[in-house]
Amino acid sequence: MSGPMKMRATLAAGYTDVRVLMTHPMTTAQSNQPLHFIQSVTVKQNGRTVVEAQISQAVSRNPVFTFRLKGGAKGDKIEVSWLDNKGESNKIEASVA
Amino acid sequence: MRLLVSLVCALPLAAFAQDAKKEIEKYQQMLGEGSPAELWEVQGEELWKKPQGPKKASLERCDLGLGPGKVAGAYARLPRYFKDTDKVQDLESRLVSCMTELQGRSPKEATQRVFGNADRPAEMEYLVAYIVGQSRGHKMAVPNSHPKERAAYELGKKVFFYRAGTWDFSCASCHGETDKRIRMQDLPVLSEREGAQKAYTTWPAYRVSNSQLKTMQWRINDCYRQMRYPEPEFASEATIALTHFMAVTANGAPYRGPGTKR
Repeated sequence: MSGPMKMRATLAAGYTDVRVLMTHPMTTAQSNQPLHFIQSVTVKQNGRTVVEAQISQAVSRNPVFTFRLKGGAKGDKIEVSWLDNKGESNKIEASVA
Repeated sequence: MRLLVSLVCALPLAAFAQDAKKEIEKYQQMLGEGSPAELWEVQGEELWKKPQGPKKASLERCDLGLGPGKVAGAYARLPRYFKDTDKVQDLESRLVSCMTELQGRSPKEATQRVFGNADRPAEMEYLVAYIVGQSRGHKMAVPNSHPKERAAYELGKKVFFYRAGTWDFSCASCHGETDKRIRMQDLPVLSEREGAQKAYTTWPAYRVSNSQLKTMQWRINDCYRQMRYPEPEFASEATIALTHFMAVTANGAPYRGPGTKR
């Protein structure tokens, strides 16, 4: 079972500020536990994919991502989803405020 | 010549200390802007509302001092005296009372795992994150008028300055002088208003270095470990008194937790 995610998307001058929190162990090859880490993060703006990111074990446990999307308007639907190496996934959706 | 050398050495060092302080503040601000503590708050709220124990009850009717079920602002007024238990209680000990009274759990079961780890945080840590988050922005107004509250304050003050253990340390050994730090962490003078307001209001906190939300009881417990004392009992009279002393000293400042630490 995946732990919760949390997201905030706010409109600024000409761009949208997104901050998203994820619950994930992000286990690395250096620990004695099986590898378990997020491999890809996808960001959608009103259903259209705008970011497809590949991330590695170098990212911390319970990662926080903040980024800016060009443009945007109040009420836009932002969806962020992740997929890890075990095939587990989670997603969250928020409206731009 | 010697004078010149010492002058040349002293100037860059002072500048470096200033720069380092600024950089540390910048780093702490960046940490605080996206804190995983919020994930603990989300899960804590779920646990607060989840029916548990023999009575299959949630903690939603728990009285944290402002009346049953009132969570907003409660932490900014804790620890305080509670009539039903006839004790001064901090948040954690009050939660144990609610778990036993409302949910019918035994005190032993409720406290068997109060400090979790990164792989499996403890129920107490989730609950604490949720409750303290509901006091964000509330001014610290910890009562200190009941005779038992005043007694706890005096006991806490005594504990703060009490030197013992193999190293003959007290809390004041580290937290009694201004402008001291260990690695990246400032060491505020917790017995004075300015230091207590700055530090107490940012605990409990998420620690980035070990990916865990740490409670105030843990903070005090670990200080005693670092001072090489015997481990204090969870929610003991002494740790609650110490918390009360620091909380009252921090009165008047807005609560800013749960914080984020290195």
